[in-house]
Amino acid sequence: MVNWSKYSSPQAFYPLAGRLIPWFAVVAVVLMGVGLYMGFFVAPTDFQQGEAYRIIFVHVPAAWMSMFLYVVMAVWAGIGMGLNARLSFMMAQAIAPTGAMFTFLALLTGAMWGKPTWGAWWVWDARLTSELILLFQYAGVMLLRTSIDDMRRADRSSAVFALVGVVNVPIIYFSVQWWNTLHQGASVSMSTGSKMAATMLTAMLLMTVAFWLYSIAVILARVRCIMVERESLPVWNEKPAVIQEAVEAR
Amino acid sequence: MSGSSMWDAIGGIVRRDLLLAMRRRSDAAMSVFFLVIVASLFPLGVGPEPAVLRIIGPGVLWVAALLACLLSLSRVFTADYLDGVLEQMVLIPQPLAVLVVGKVLAHWVISGLPVVLLSPLLGLQFGLDGEPLGVLVLSLLLGTPTLSMIGAIGAALVLGVRGSGLLVALLVLPLYVPVLIFGAGAVTSSMAGIGGEANLSLLGACLVLSLFLAPWATAAAIRIALE
Amino acid sequence: MNVEPGTLLAVVGENGSGKTSLLRIFSSLLPPEGGSVLWDGQDIHQLKELYSGQLTYLGHLNGIKDDLTPLENLISAMSLAGEPCSSNGAKEALEAIGLKRPIHQLPSKVLSQGQKRRVALARLWLSSRPLWLLDEPFTSLDAASTNVVTKRLLAHLQRGGLAVLVTHQEIALPTEMVHRLRLTG
Repeated sequence: MVNWSKYSSPQAFYPLAGRLIPWFAVVAVVLMGVGLYMGFFVAPTDFQQGEAYRIIFVHVPAAWMSMFLYVVMAVWAGIGMGLNARLSFMMAQAIAPTGAMFTFLALLTGAMWGKPTWGAWWVWDARLTSELILLFQYAGVMLLRTSIDDMRRADRSSAVFALVGVVNVPIIYFSVQWWNTLHQGASVSMSTGSKMAATMLTAMLLMTVAFWLYSIAVILARVRCIMVERESLPVWNEKPAVIQEAVEAR
Repeated sequence: MSGSSMWDAIGGIVRRDLLLAMRRRSDAAMSVFFLVIVASLFPLGVGPEPAVLRIIGPGVLWVAALLACLLSLSRVFTADYLDGVLEQMVLIPQPLAVLVVGKVLAHWVISGLPVVLLSPLLGLQFGLDGEPLGVLVLSLLLGTPTLSMIGAIGAALVLGVRGSGLLVALLVLPLYVPVLIFGAGAVTSSMAGIGGEANLSLLGACLVLSLFLAPWATAAAIRIALE
Repeated sequence: MNVEPGTLLAVVGENGSGKTSLLRIFSSLLPPEGGSVLWDGQDIHQLKELYSGQLTYLGHLNGIKDDLTPLENLISAMSLAGEPCSSNGAKEALEAIGLKRPIHQLPSKVLSQGQKRRVALARLWLSSRPLWLLDEPFTSLDAASTNVVTKRLLAHLQRGGLAVLVTHQEIALPTEMVHRLRLTG
């Protein structure tokens, strides 16, 4: 059994995160390379949508990540509120920009897919609209944090907003879908459903895992920056070991 | 805590806030004027074509109501925060969420109810009549309390924060989306002859959900702001 | 540290030494970073509303509305606090602290700082709560009013009440009733 509580203090977490980041980063890059290659070159051309559909290998994993990260952010925020744990608030703070980035990526690739498929850069499709509002909510969390000078209040206020947002996201999704059926809008769905070929599925999964690992690496790196900023943790914490190694190498 | 003293507390807060609003009638009148002006601008911008106005009417009136509610949000807690009354309210021997319900109720009576009462007139401006007009009033009656409830969370979160007026809009407007969709949707589907019942019951569901959740979130935000 | 019934804790110290923060911690507005505040042996953050029902708090903000009259302010503050009072009771309280009847019906925004402070302090004449938490109660009060408030404090302590005061003034109370806590920045 690993004693997790040992790593829950920023002082212990900092070096641990430092050791893990390169591994996550390297595997993420490798998987992303393989996934993109499979998606863009190996997977068969879709007989309805032609080559344009290939953007979904980026779009769908990015959209998944954007929603998943919002939930993870809210969970950390909730833990922070419940246990009054500084590290949890730092995690929530570190997740927000990455989540917002994936939301933006999902919107961008959605527009790129929409142009050849629907003939318009933007369509008020239920999923795209929900993504747009999710982006607003990420922006809200980050703006609220930066507007408040007192760190403790910034943590807790943005946590409350993140938790309110997590209730709102499914309601928004449902309401936008409802609104769409009322207005007889876009009928083409993004998901290609069960017709998906095995290579397509593999590429999609590879990209998803790659985005996961990328997120972990970036978030850990950002948490380390936040720690240095907030706790005035000495950045040279790890130096003695490095120097030790250097001395031994001689 | 007995149930009756809880209602006494809510009643006391509502009475006090209404008395204050009576002393400053211009404040309450402003959001109503705002609503009328915004609603009147659209025909000027879009053109007087009755068919077009009928189509955009429900959406325009709902967006105007939403903005009117948004503009009045700073009145819910800010004055009490600045003069120390909010501090006293947090220390009353009642759960803070109860107090929040009282404050939101007062806010709705002052800035939501006038919007509901005025909406038939504005609806006529946009060529709505008969059943759709009734549905518009009903949808606003169900929807504006939800707007006040959700708005209170935002208002409490930005207490004492710089640039709070703009920030509260950025926080609250995304949360208003479902209410806008169901509210305007009720009127639109009634105009299309499908009847607005489904949307209206969804609006009701939103109201119930916000009544359960928003007071707690607002209470948490107030405590954080007062620390 | 213990505050016993019938005694007053005077928190003194330089500006910025955390006197007000300490009072806010006692009031449960501010959670303590370490340690805990107990009332009758129970943590105040567990007691919540039960603890709120034991105290009267007056911060450095008066908590009165400029648009309401002193009388309306006092009556609504008391009913909010769960200790409703009659209009006559409120008038007597305001008179006890030296606010004459004509002033009762004026909007509070025309009052001076000292008069506003007195409206806030009038709650002490109507409060039957055992614990009083007062932040600089004598600010902008004249000598006569300070005297009246001190007498009211004495009566409260003699009835077995307790009080915590943040102040930089000497309090004219019997020394055995007053404990001093000096905070240093």
